[in-house]
Amino acid sequence: MNAHLSRRAFLQSTGALVVAFGAADAGLAQAPGSAGAPGRVLDPARVDAYLALHPDGTMTIYCGKVDLGTGLRIAIPQMAAEELGIGLEKINLIEGDTALTPDQGTTAGSTGIARGGVQIRQAAATAREALQRMGAERLGLAPADVVATEGEVRPRNGGAGIGFGELIGDRQFALKLDAKAPLRNPDDYLLVGKPLRRPDIPAKVTGTHLYVHNLRVDGMLHGRIVRPPAVDAKLVSIDESSIAHIPGVRVVRIENFLGVVAEDEWDAVRASRALEANWETRDTLVGDEALRQSMQAGPFESDEVLLKKGDARSALASASDRLRSEFYWPVQTHGSMGPSCAVADVRDGKATIWTASQGTHRFRFAFAHFLGLPEDAVRLIYLDGAGCYGMNGHDDAAADAALMSRALGRPVRVQWMREDEHRFDPKGPPQLLALEGALGSDGKIAAWRTEMWIPKATASLPNVPLLGPDAAGAKQPMGISTGLISQNASPPYGVKNVDVLAHWLKDAPLRPSNIRAPGKIANIFAVESFTDELAAKAREDSLAFRLNSLEDPRGVEVLKRAAALLGWQARPSPGPGGLGRGIAYVHYKDNENYVAIAMEVEVDRPTGAIHVRRVACAHDCGLMINPDGVRSQVEGNILQTLSRALFEEIKFDRKGVTSADWASYPILTYPDVPELLIDLVQRPHEPPLGAGEASAAPVAAALANAVHDACGIQLRTVPFTRERVRTALSGEGKSG
Amino acid sequence: MPYTLTVNGSERSLESRDPDQPLLYVLRNALGFTGPKFGCGLGQCGACTVIADGSPIRSCQLPISAAQGMKITTIEGLGTIEKPHPVQAAFIEEAAAQCGYCTNGMVMTSAALLAQNPKPSVEEVKQALAGNLCRCGTHDRVLRAVMRASGRQKT
Repeated sequence: MNAHLSRRAFLQSTGALVVAFGAADAGLAQAPGSAGAPGRVLDPARVDAYLALHPDGTMTIYCGKVDLGTGLRIAIPQMAAEELGIGLEKINLIEGDTALTPDQGTTAGSTGIARGGVQIRQAAATAREALQRMGAERLGLAPADVVATEGEVRPRNGGAGIGFGELIGDRQFALKLDAKAPLRNPDDYLLVGKPLRRPDIPAKVTGTHLYVHNLRVDGMLHGRIVRPPAVDAKLVSIDESSIAHIPGVRVVRIENFLGVVAEDEWDAVRASRALEANWETRDTLVGDEALRQSMQAGPFESDEVLLKKGDARSALASASDRLRSEFYWPVQTHGSMGPSCAVADVRDGKATIWTASQGTHRFRFAFAHFLGLPEDAVRLIYLDGAGCYGMNGHDDAAADAALMSRALGRPVRVQWMREDEHRFDPKGPPQLLALEGALGSDGKIAAWRTEMWIPKATASLPNVPLLGPDAAGAKQPMGISTGLISQNASPPYGVKNVDVLAHWLKDAPLRPSNIRAPGKIANIFAVESFTDELAAKAREDSLAFRLNSLEDPRGVEVLKRAAALLGWQARPSPGPGGLGRGIAYVHYKDNENYVAIAMEVEVDRPTGAIHVRRVACAHDCGLMINPDGVRSQVEGNILQTLSRALFEEIKFDRKGVTSADWASYPILTYPDVPELLIDLVQRPHEPPLGAGEASAAPVAAALANAVHDACGIQLRTVPFTRERVRTALSGEGKSG
Repeated sequence: MPYTLTVNGSERSLESRDPDQPLLYVLRNALGFTGPKFGCGLGQCGACTVIADGSPIRSCQLPISAAQGMKITTIEGLGTIEKPHPVQAAFIEEAAAQCGYCTNGMVMTSAALLAQNPKPSVEEVKQALAGNLCRCGTHDRVLRAVMRASGRQKT
C-alpha cells in the first residue's frame, strides 16, 4: 500500500510540529478557536460530515473516533474505501477535531469500528449511490448500468468512466445518511479483511511521529503542575522566594490550583519541585488495606437486580452442597507510558486545545463551562498521546494547560510528571463479587447467584470532574464515571436459576474512570473462576464442563479452537502437579465478541512466582476489517491483563496514592512474556465488532484456573503476587 | 553556561542554565530530537533511551555536563523512513508498535544489543529489554522484530 500522502501526513512526518498562527489550513495549523471550518457539516446524520471528495480525486474522511495506537487509522479508511470504490492512497483521515469531525461519541467501549467505522461505511455507501446516479446521468446510462470502482463511475459493460472528483469536486453531497443504502457484498471485498499496514508505524519506529508531547506552538510556555501531597488539600500559602534562583518562572495560582510556567521546560520542572507550598491536608480516604471491607459497608446508592431467572435462592437453599466464593479486583491505574500532556491556547475569547483525549467532543462542553466561554469558541483537536486504555490523565492535563493559558494569555504546554500520572490519573475502580452456586444431579450448574459491590457511575454527566478546574474552584458536576462495569456477571451456560444483584456504592475510593474492558475483566475473573470451582466439584474437565452446557455455536467454536491451540488434555483439575492449564470464556457484554483463552503456567512453590508459559486465544469479532490490527489488539489485551492480574494494585493511604512510580507499581516486563498462540475467526457476513477490549476479559480467570490446576490453590484476589501465592500454598488448597 | 554535544554525528552548541539538566530535555527542546520520550524521568521505563558511545543509556538520567564528549545517537540518527536501520526495518515489517510511545527505547536498546551481539537468543533479547516497559503489550512483536533483524525467526 502506498503511504498516505497528505498534508497532515506531511506535517506529522516532521515529528516536532511547530504551529505558526495565521497559517490558513483546514488541518492542524489553524488559527485558534475556530469553531468550525467554513462549510464543514458536523451533523452526524449527514454524509458531508464524514466525507469530502476533492476535484483531484482525493478524499478526506472526517472521523470522530481516534486511533489510540489501535489501528483505526488504517481500518476506517479500509471500510470507507471499500464501500466507495476508491484507492486507499487517495484517502486522508482527520480524527477527533471538534471543528472538523462529527461527534461520533467517545473512542471507548470498543466502538471505534463497530459504531464509528460502521457509520462512516454507511456514509460511503450513501455517497456511492449518489455518485453512481450522477455518473449514470453523465454517461447516459441507467444507475443499474454503472459501477463505482477505483475512484470512478464506469459503465458496467466497460468503457471510459468519470472520476469522483469530476463528479462532485468539493461540492457537498447534501444528503442524509441512508441506512438503506446497500453495502457491498463481503464476498467481493478487495480491501476489507486484508492485513494492510498501519500508516503510522514507520514514523513511530523512526522517532518522527507527531505526539501531542512534541507539539510546539509559537509563543508557548512550558508548564508544570504543583500537586498537593493529599487529595482535597487546601493551599494555604506559597513562598515564591524559593524559586527566585530560577529566572523567568511565573507562578499560576487559582485557589488550590498551583502551577508554574517557564520559557524553558527544565526550568519549569525545577521550579515545580523547588516551589515551597504549604497545604492543609486531611485524612479523607479509606486506604487500600481497609477498602475491601468498606465496600460491603456502603454507603450505597441503590441495589439493582441485573438478572433474575428461575428461583436461585430456593434452589441454592435446597441444594445439599453449595459453594460460595468471593473475588476481589483492586484499584488499578491505566499506567500510560507517557505522562499526560496537552497544549492550550486560550485568549481573545477563544480556546484551542490540542489533546490526546478519547472524547474531544464530549469534553468540549466541560472546557467551555470552566473557561467561561461559549461552546462554539472552544476547539479541541486530537493528537496522539501515549496509550491510555481508558480515561487516564489526558483530559486533566488539557484542563491544566487551558487554565494556565487563560491566566497568562499565552499558549501553554503542560506535561505531567510520572508521579502526577500514577497518583492522579482517574483509576480503574475496585470490584468485589460474591458468588454462590450448586450443581444439579446431572452434574451441570443448577443455581447461581452473583452479588457485586461496585461504584455507581453517575448518569448523564458530561465528564468526570477534572482535577485542575476542581482545584481552581470552577463548578463541575461532581459525579463519577466507571464505564459499564456490571456486565458479564452471570454464567453463559444455560443455568436455569440465576440471580445477579449489584450493590451500587455511592462513591469510589479514588476518582474513578473507565479502564480497558470496564468491569468485565473482574466479573469474568469471578464468573469463570467459579465455573471452574464447580467443575472441579463435579470432578469434570473444565473444557468439557463448559461445552456440556454451552449452546451458542460461536462460543463452542472459540472454546474448542483455544483448547486445540494449547493441546488441551481432558481431566479434572487440579492436575497431578507440574504444568497447569486453565481455560476461560466470554461472550463479551453478552452480545458482542466470542473469546476463549487457554493458558499454561508453572508455579514455583518456594518463591510463589507464577510463570506463564503459553497463552492461546481464539477470537471471533465478526467481520474483521484488518486481521493484523485485531491480532495486535488481542496480543495487547492478553499481555496487559496478565500484567494487571499478576502484579498490579494501586496502594493508597488516608491522604492519597503511594504507588507513585514503576518501582512501587510494577508491571509486566519482557522476561515475563509468554508464547502467544492466536486464532482469529473471520466471519465476513457478520457485523464487525471491536477488538480492543473483549480478549482482556477471560485472561485473569484462565490464569487463576491454570494456577489451580497446577497446584490446587484458587486465587480469588488480584494481584496474584508471590506473597499471596505462598500464603495460599501454605493454607493448602484454600483461597488466596 | 555553554555546552557542546555530539549528536547524530554533528557537534551542537547550546546553553543550559543548569549543569544537571538531563540530556533528554536538551535533545527534545534545544536540539529538536523528539524521538526520545519522557516516560518517567526516573530511569525506570526506558522511553528516553539513546545510544551513548555504543551503549544504551537513559537520557533522563544523564546530566548535560556529563554528556559532553560522548558520541550520542538518537533514534532519528539511527535511520529514517526512507533509509531505516535494520532494527527499524524489522519493527516496521512486524508492525511492532501500538501507541509507539515506548518504541524509541525498544528500538535503541535492540540496536545496541545487536551491535554487541548480532545473533542473540530470544532469552537474551528478553533480558536486554527487561528494563524497557511497554503498556500496550507489543512485547511479542518486538521480540519477533529483533529476531528478524538478527536474521532469524522467533519460533
